[in-house]
Amino acid sequence: MAEIKSVIGTQNKKGQVYTDPWKMLHEAPRTPSFFTGSEVIKEAIRRASCDVMIAYPITPQSEAAALIGELFAEGYIGDYFRGESEFAVMSQCAGASFGGARVFTTTAGPGTMRAMENFPMWAGARLPIQMIVTCRGINSPLSIQPDTLEIAYLLNTGMLVWHAETAQDFFDWILKGYIVSEEPDVHLPLALCCDGFFVTHTKDVVNLTPTDMCLPPYDPYRSPVPCMDMECPPVRMMRDPFVMKSNYISYATHASWQQEIWAAVERSRKHTIHWLNGLVDTENTDADIVIVASGTAVSQGREAIRMLEDEGVRCGLVKVKALRPWPEEEIREATKNAKHIFVPEFNVTGWLAKEIRATVPNSQRVHAGPHVCGGMTMPPEIIVSEIKTTLGMKTFSLAGRGS
Amino acid sequence: MSDYRVLPGPEHFLPPAAASMGIRLPNPGEAHINGVITSEEKAYEEAARQFLMAKVPTIFPGPLVLWAWNEKAAKKATAIRHLFNTLNECVQPGQKPMLIPMPDYRPKYPKINPEVEINPNHPNLTIWHNKIDCCMFIGVHCHQANLSLKIIRGGTSCYTIAMCAQAGHEDAMLSFRDASVDKIMRLADTIKRLKGTVKPRLSAKTGASN
Repeated sequence: MAEIKSVIGTQNKKGQVYTDPWKMLHEAPRTPSFFTGSEVIKEAIRRASCDVMIAYPITPQSEAAALIGELFAEGYIGDYFRGESEFAVMSQCAGASFGGARVFTTTAGPGTMRAMENFPMWAGARLPIQMIVTCRGINSPLSIQPDTLEIAYLLNTGMLVWHAETAQDFFDWILKGYIVSEEPDVHLPLALCCDGFFVTHTKDVVNLTPTDMCLPPYDPYRSPVPCMDMECPPVRMMRDPFVMKSNYISYATHASWQQEIWAAVERSRKHTIHWLNGLVDTENTDADIVIVASGTAVSQGREAIRMLEDEGVRCGLVKVKALRPWPEEEIREATKNAKHIFVPEFNVTGWLAKEIRATVPNSQRVHAGPHVCGGMTMPPEIIVSEIKTTLGMKTFSLAGRGS
Repeated sequence: MSDYRVLPGPEHFLPPAAASMGIRLPNPGEAHINGVITSEEKAYEEAARQFLMAKVPTIFPGPLVLWAWNEKAAKKATAIRHLFNTLNECVQPGQKPMLIPMPDYRPKYPKINPEVEINPNHPNLTIWHNKIDCCMFIGVHCHQANLSLKIIRGGTSCYTIAMCAQAGHEDAMLSFRDASVDKIMRLADTIKRLKGTVKPRLSAKTGASN
């Protein structure tokens, strides 16, 4: 840490001052700016002291990837290039990170799925790469529209997984994400997810930190594994028959290795709580009805709560910010008074509702829905309708008009 | 707070990572003993006591302090040598302090020589062979130290201490964090101070008895 502290107050080649991250994010003046989510990604990366960004086009992250190319042209990024595919991109990210670089990439939907093999490898190799996932449909018939199903596949990779609701979350969490994931006791990749289009392609007022301040550079000497060393695991393991040995020692090592990755996810809890001000945000959790959601479903839930209030129905809200580490205790606490827990989601399987059912006592309280998917919007009226139906109140079908 | 305690094993066929059992790392200025956060003061006393009680107290220096890759590493190595010499001076007849390096992290095939090195993929072999009943890791990259500490807890009864330069290790029975030359010297001073006040467990069960 001494090495990092020593650069604070000095300037990078663009004249930005390496700033104490807490001061930069909590004390520095903010400028309101009207930006799309993609532009916000660019602005966060401008301040993130990234060494390498590797891009591959796939909707809806293509614009962000292209905008970061502009940052490279302006001299804010050390290196920037296009991979041959998402699989190649994620492998190249690993190479850059093994070499001690701060690495950034973006992907979406089928790109996430195509690159999937790399994610447990990143985690296993303790590479603190940050990947933006602008979620979209992954299944056939193909859809480029918002759908969060791909997050379900990321949850067991050993990566940290956060789910941003707004462009403001995105701006702050990209910067905070590097701080958390590069802690030596964590040192894991972060999948920072958002709902594609809803966040990436809409404009919002976002309060930005000064452009002349940036994060201190990544210090690879704090890594819990040596950076690029072909003679040591994990690189050594990948080319060494050790990985194929059939004996207790080999199995026990691999098992311990996996446990260590999930131990690191656990250790990230303390840092994530510190930087995100908790793993969840809560409102009115003394209510009988609580909506638990992540991503833009939180915004829709918030509007549904306002509409229900007009009808005299009081609801609480739990915004789940971090999915890994999973806020088990926080969700139990926030839902302890709830008779009904509603989990609106933008995917067909309801992965968040499943996680919550596995977390809370009396899981029959959890109503997995409403769900939309395949790019459908989620009007707050359908959340209202779901809640009113459960309460036995009269409601109507939003898209129906009779025969 | 978790009820789980990080204790000498052998704990399990596959013991859990202490972090997954709710054990949290100490904050700066703190240490932990058996997974319970404590003052560094207490940790120095307990580490020194464990070293002086052990039949084969051993220091395992790792690559971060074995090679003079910067000035700090060289100074730490000198301090570790001083700690080992102090241990040698303070133990009683029948106790056998050892200094066994972990020079790298490669799995050693076909067979490690447990008399001259320890390896994070099968650290239990070195513990068993040398009948080590108390050890301290220092200068080992955190990931590799955690692997070692957990495997040792799983299969041996060795008491483990971590003198970590970063955030500490829950998988050790006792862990310091932010290790520095001063902290190593302070541990040496504590051992010197407690010399003759701790009864060695010369006839007791050792780490090799599993």
